[in-house]
Amino acid sequence: MDTVLEVKGITKKFPGVLANDHVDFNLRKGEIHALLGENGAGKSTLMNIIYGLTSPDDGEILINGKATHFHSPKDAIACGIGMVHQHFMLVPVFTVAENIMLGSEKLRNGVLDIVQVNKDLKELSTQYGLEIDPTSLVHDLPVGIQQRVEIIKALYRKAEILILDEPTAVLTPQEVEDLFIIIRKLVDQGISVIFITHKLKEVLSIADRITVMRGGKVIATDDPKQTNEQALASQMVGRTVILKVDKTPAKPGDVVLSVKDLHVQDDRKIETVRGVSFEVRKGEILGIAGVQGNGQTELAEAMTGLRHAISGEIRIQDQNVFNHPPRDLVEKGMGHIPEDRQKHGFVMQYPISDNLVLCSYYVSPFCRRGVLQNSAIGTNAENLIKRFDIRTPSPYVPTSKLSGGNQQKVIVARELSRNIKFLVANQPTRGLDVGSIEYIHHEIVQMRDEGIGVVLISAELDEIMALSDRIAVMYHGEIVAILPADKVTREELGLMMAGSLKPEVSTI
Amino acid sequence: MDKENLKPQEPTPPEPINDSKFINIYLVPILAVVTALILGAFIIWWVGGNPLLAYKGLLQGAFGSVRALSETTVWASPYIFAGLAVAVGFKGGLFNIGGEGQLAFGAVAASWAGYALPGIFHAQIPPILHILLSVGIGMLAGAIWGGIPGYLKAKTGAHEVINTIMMNYIALNLTSFLLNGPMKDPSPSNVIARTPLIAESARIPAIFPNYRFHWGFILALALAFGVWWLLWKTRLGFEIRTTGLNPDAAKYAGIDVAKTIVIAMSLSGALAGLAGAIEVTALNYRHELGFSSGYGFDAIAIALLGKNHPLGVVLASLLFAAMRNGATKMQFLTQIPVDIISIIQALILLFVSADAIVRYIYRIRTPQERVVYTRGWGK
Repeated sequence: MDTVLEVKGITKKFPGVLANDHVDFNLRKGEIHALLGENGAGKSTLMNIIYGLTSPDDGEILINGKATHFHSPKDAIACGIGMVHQHFMLVPVFTVAENIMLGSEKLRNGVLDIVQVNKDLKELSTQYGLEIDPTSLVHDLPVGIQQRVEIIKALYRKAEILILDEPTAVLTPQEVEDLFIIIRKLVDQGISVIFITHKLKEVLSIADRITVMRGGKVIATDDPKQTNEQALASQMVGRTVILKVDKTPAKPGDVVLSVKDLHVQDDRKIETVRGVSFEVRKGEILGIAGVQGNGQTELAEAMTGLRHAISGEIRIQDQNVFNHPPRDLVEKGMGHIPEDRQKHGFVMQYPISDNLVLCSYYVSPFCRRGVLQNSAIGTNAENLIKRFDIRTPSPYVPTSKLSGGNQQKVIVARELSRNIKFLVANQPTRGLDVGSIEYIHHEIVQMRDEGIGVVLISAELDEIMALSDRIAVMYHGEIVAILPADKVTREELGLMMAGSLKPEVSTI
Repeated sequence: MDKENLKPQEPTPPEPINDSKFINIYLVPILAVVTALILGAFIIWWVGGNPLLAYKGLLQGAFGSVRALSETTVWASPYIFAGLAVAVGFKGGLFNIGGEGQLAFGAVAASWAGYALPGIFHAQIPPILHILLSVGIGMLAGAIWGGIPGYLKAKTGAHEVINTIMMNYIALNLTSFLLNGPMKDPSPSNVIARTPLIAESARIPAIFPNYRFHWGFILALALAFGVWWLLWKTRLGFEIRTTGLNPDAAKYAGIDVAKTIVIAMSLSGALAGLAGAIEVTALNYRHELGFSSGYGFDAIAIALLGKNHPLGVVLASLLFAAMRNGATKMQFLTQIPVDIISIIQALILLFVSADAIVRYIYRIRTPQERVVYTRGWGK
C-alpha cells in the first residue's frame, strides 16, 4: 500500500509545554488510522499541523512522498486534506448546498450557480453512497446528517485524506453504526481516514491501525486484532487502568429528591421536557441516559434552579422547591456538577481558591460580617487540592490555566466537600481523560456509599452502565423507561435512546 | 477534541506567567502613554512647534510650582471619583457611559441641598451635618441616575450603554432647565445659568488659604482604597466581580444577578454623583452649567488606562489631570494650542484599546499564548 501522508519528527513547543515531541505518523492509502490519546496527548496539535492551522517548530510533512509546507488550511485543502471538526462549522439557516459551497462558491455570470452545485452533490452522493437532499436547511437535519454534510463538504473540495475529529461524540449508537458504514465505503473508494478519538471500543471496531499518543509522543502503533481495550487504555494513560468501576450493590434509603410531571421550555420556548417524573433515593445512582438534545439539559437546569420550569413539582425530602433559586437549593443540600463547566462551573479568571468556595463564599468561615476571610479560603483550597489531587503549582493560579481534567476536579471537589444530600451530575466526565474519568467515577460511587442520592445525566452509555443503579431513558423530552441497571443490555438502551424500542412495562 | 490539549496531564503543569504582577498589567498602558507622547511630539513639530519646549511647558504647568501641583490635584479629584465609578461598573460587567449625567445630577442635587435645606428646615444646619447631607444627596441622585439603567438591564435586558447615554441627555437637559429656571441664581446681576451659592454650612473648608487644593482629593484617594477593599475583600465585591466575569456562573453560585447588577450600577452612579457633589461643596460652592468639562467621558478613558483597578485609576487620573492642567502653560509658552493635549489623550486611549499595536511595536508577548484552533469540549 502507498503511503499518502507521512509526518516525520514533528516537534511543536508551546510556552512551557512540548505539545508534540518528535512525532512520526503515517497514513496509507485507503486505510482507517485511528489516533488515540487522552486530552493533552497532542492529537489536536498534530492534526492542526497537518491541516495547516499551525506550523511545527521542527519536522516535515510528506504528501504522497513529497515534502510540503502548509501556511494555512487552504494549502492543506489544495493537497487533498479535509477535516471534519467535532463541532460542525455549518451555517444553520443555509441549505446543504449553500453550506457545501461556502468558501468555494461557484459563480455563473456573477451569481451563485446553485444548480451546478446541486448536480455535483448528486454525483458525489451516488459515488460515495451518502444520501442527502441538497435543498434542505441544515438546522432541520439531525446531528448525524449534519455530520454527513461536513464529510460531503470535504469530499466536494476533493479531499483524499479525511481527518475526523471525535466524530462519534454527538451521535446515537445507531448513528455511529451508520457513520462507520459510510467510513468503510469511503475507504473502499480510495479515501484515507484519520480517526481521532478517545473511545476504546470504537477504535477496535473500525480502525485498521491504531496509533496511541501520550504526553506529546507516539507511544505505539498497534494492530487492532492483536490488542484489546485494557492494553490500549494502559498505553494511553501510562499505567494500568481499571476500566470497570468497582461498586457494591446499592443500599437505597429514603427518597431524597422527587420530580413529578415536570414541564420545561428551552430558550426558544419549545417544550423540551414533557412531563418527567422520577424519584432518587439516598445511596443510589439514578442514571439518565439519552442522546444529547433530548431535554436533559433543560431538565438538569430546572432541577438545579438555573431555569424556570412551566409546571410540575420538585421536592427535596418533603420540601417543595419547585422553581426555587439556586442558593435555596444549595442550602437545602444540592450539589451540582454542571454540564458546561466553563459556562456555569467556575469563573475562569478566578484563582482556584475562589472557585472552590464559589457556592459557599458568603457563609462562615469564608465570610464574616460581609468581609471575605482569605485565610479560611486559602486553607480550604489547600485541603481540597490535597484531598482531590488537583494538579496545580499553587491554589492561587487562575483556573483557566488548569487542564480540563483538573478544572473538573475543582468543581467536583467544591461540590462534594459541601454537606450535600443529593448530587446532580450532568456529563461529569465529558471530554476528560481516562485517568480523570476513573477518579471522578470513584468519587461519585463513594458519595453514593456515604448515603447521597445521585442523578447522573450522561450521553455516554458506558458511563451510565458503569455507574447507575437504576437507569431512566430520556427520549424527546420524556422518560420512556426506568429500569434496574442489571436488567437491561447496552443494545436495548441504545434502541430506547433512539426512540425505536418502547418497553412494554417500565419498572419504577 | 480537547481544549486544554496543549498541556500534558502529568506531571504538574509549570508555574504559569504571573499575569497579576503590576508590571505585567501596566506595561501596555505605560507604553501606550510613551508612544502617544512620542507621536504627539511629531505632531507638535509638524505644526511648527518645538516638542521639547512644549513638553517642558506641560511639565512646568502641571508640577512646576506649589500652585501648579495644587491645580493638578483639583483636576484629578473628579477624575478619580468618576474613574472609580466607571471601574466599578466594568468590574460588574457593565459599561457605564452615563458618568457625565450622573455627575451633573449629583452636582445639581448637592447644590440644591446646599442652598435650599436651611430654608426648608427654617434653621441653620450644623456644618458637618449639612456637608454630609449635601454630599449624600448628591451621591443618592447619582445612584438613582445610575440605578435606573441598571434596573432596566436587570429586568428587561435593555443594554446599559444605550440607556446610560439616554440618561445623559435627560440629565443634561434637565440640568439646563433647572439652572435656567427654578434653580437659577436669583441675584439681580446674574445672567448665567447657575445655582445660588450654597450656604456656608454646606461648604467643605479649604485646607490651605490661597490654594484650591481641597479635601476632595484626599477623599478621592481614600475612596480609591475603599473601592479596592470593597471589590476584592468583601462579599459584595465578590458578587459584583463574579457577575461581571461570568453571569452564568454567578447564577449557579446562587448570586442574585439582577440585584447585583442594580447594586453595581447604583454604586457606580453614586461615585459619579460624588464627583459632582464634591466639586460643588469643596470647590465651586455652586453648580454652573458647563462646569463639568467632560469629566464623565474622560473617566471612561481613565478607567481603561487604569485597567479598572483603583490604583490604576488614581495614576491615570493624575496623568490626565497633569496634562489638562499643564496644557495652558504649554500654550502660553509655545503658542501650541491646548487641543494637542486632547489629541495625545485620544492617542493614549487608542493604544490602550488596541493594545495589539503596542504589543507589536514593542514586541511584547501576549500574557499566555493560547493557540486553540479546534473548538473542543466544554464550549
